[in-house]
Amino acid sequence: MTAVLEASSLGKRYGRRWALSDCTLSIPEGKVVGLVGPNGAGKTTLLHLGVGLLAPTSGSIEVLGGRPADGPAQLGRVGFVAQDAPTYAGLTVDKHLRLGAYLNPSWDDQVAHHRIEELGLDPSQRAGSLSGGQRAQLALTLAIAKRPELLLLDEPVASLDPLARREFLQTLMEVVAEQGVSVVLSSHLVADLERTCDYLIVLVASRVQLSGEIGGLLASHHRLSGPRRDPGSLPATQEVIEESHTERQTTLLVRTDDAILDPTWTVKPVTLEDLVLAYMGRARDTQPPRRSGLKVLR
Amino acid sequence: MIEFQLDSTSGVATYLQLVQQVHQALQLGLLEPGDQLPTAQQVVGKLAINPNTVLKAYRDLEREGLARARPGQGTFIVGTLPRTNPVAQARFLASMAKWLGSARSAGLGPDDIEAIYRTAFRNCFAEGVA
Repeated sequence: MTAVLEASSLGKRYGRRWALSDCTLSIPEGKVVGLVGPNGAGKTTLLHLGVGLLAPTSGSIEVLGGRPADGPAQLGRVGFVAQDAPTYAGLTVDKHLRLGAYLNPSWDDQVAHHRIEELGLDPSQRAGSLSGGQRAQLALTLAIAKRPELLLLDEPVASLDPLARREFLQTLMEVVAEQGVSVVLSSHLVADLERTCDYLIVLVASRVQLSGEIGGLLASHHRLSGPRRDPGSLPATQEVIEESHTERQTTLLVRTDDAILDPTWTVKPVTLEDLVLAYMGRARDTQPPRRSGLKVLR
Repeated sequence: MIEFQLDSTSGVATYLQLVQQVHQALQLGLLEPGDQLPTAQQVVGKLAINPNTVLKAYRDLEREGLARARPGQGTFIVGTLPRTNPVAQARFLASMAKWLGSARSAGLGPDDIEAIYRTAFRNCFAEGVA
């Protein structure tokens, strides 16, 4: 499978501070990828590197087989919506579309106007007076009307109310169905990711903790509970991701491709949220905080 | 055409919920051979779910011989499922009510009863699942 985004030992430094360091990952084509991780994990930096707004300090990144922002052709292949969906407050909706048409060689005016009409936006309204949800939809419309092969969205729904969030994701999923575009979407809202994504990447402190098809990840992780025991006594094929013990009981989250045969365990399936929390928790517990300003709460 | 709903608290995978809703609609006679299922676009436009989830559900239905994709037209129902027998339903509802009554008079509370039901249900349908 070809990768839409491939990073190798990728790093970005601001002064003395590394926002992203030694990040290696590969994102396959044709997926809607959920990128999750704590604040400061490097998600935004990674997306900015992918779209070419930033240049790497170290390592390399390839997007759709090319260097990010390497000429107009490469720029046209990647759509990007930055955090808080920035638009030009003083420009009308229609002027945004004209600007988009002027700046993007691959601009699809029909898609753009159709979307605006469907959203019920008034073309003569200034972006500054739109609601947060409408602004996000306008920013998404600009990104999709350039007909990208890859859409990078940085927490696109974080500041939206539940209805606006749902509408944004409906639009996004329609675009995926119609255009077959690959999407990388960073978000803290696991419930949204659960609906919309088919591939998950958990990024903590620049490192990929977990990466794969969500269906496969859910099938290969189990929650075990039973009488207290040492996790070291488990079969070698069962990797313990998370453990908690009381005097009498042990609860584990394990990863294994084999069936769990031990009858003393009560085996339960895991949710996407369980997985995200377990891998974020494990990374926090095994890695020292990288920055003195980052507090580790226990 | 049927309209899909999602229950995000059920713990049932999304594609499976879609499959089950088609099964139910067939059993209730809401869907019949020749009926068209909503396109992936229509479903994702309403539910805001990944289009691959819809396609996966439709592939499952095709494997079961219940639906078939016609290129350029959409996915259509081609099979049937036995209608739920209303007589059997009434009979089991009555015996369940009787059982619940006797469990209650034996001093079991709602939580106890639900735990018993869940265990029995799991045991009954768990064959082949690790």
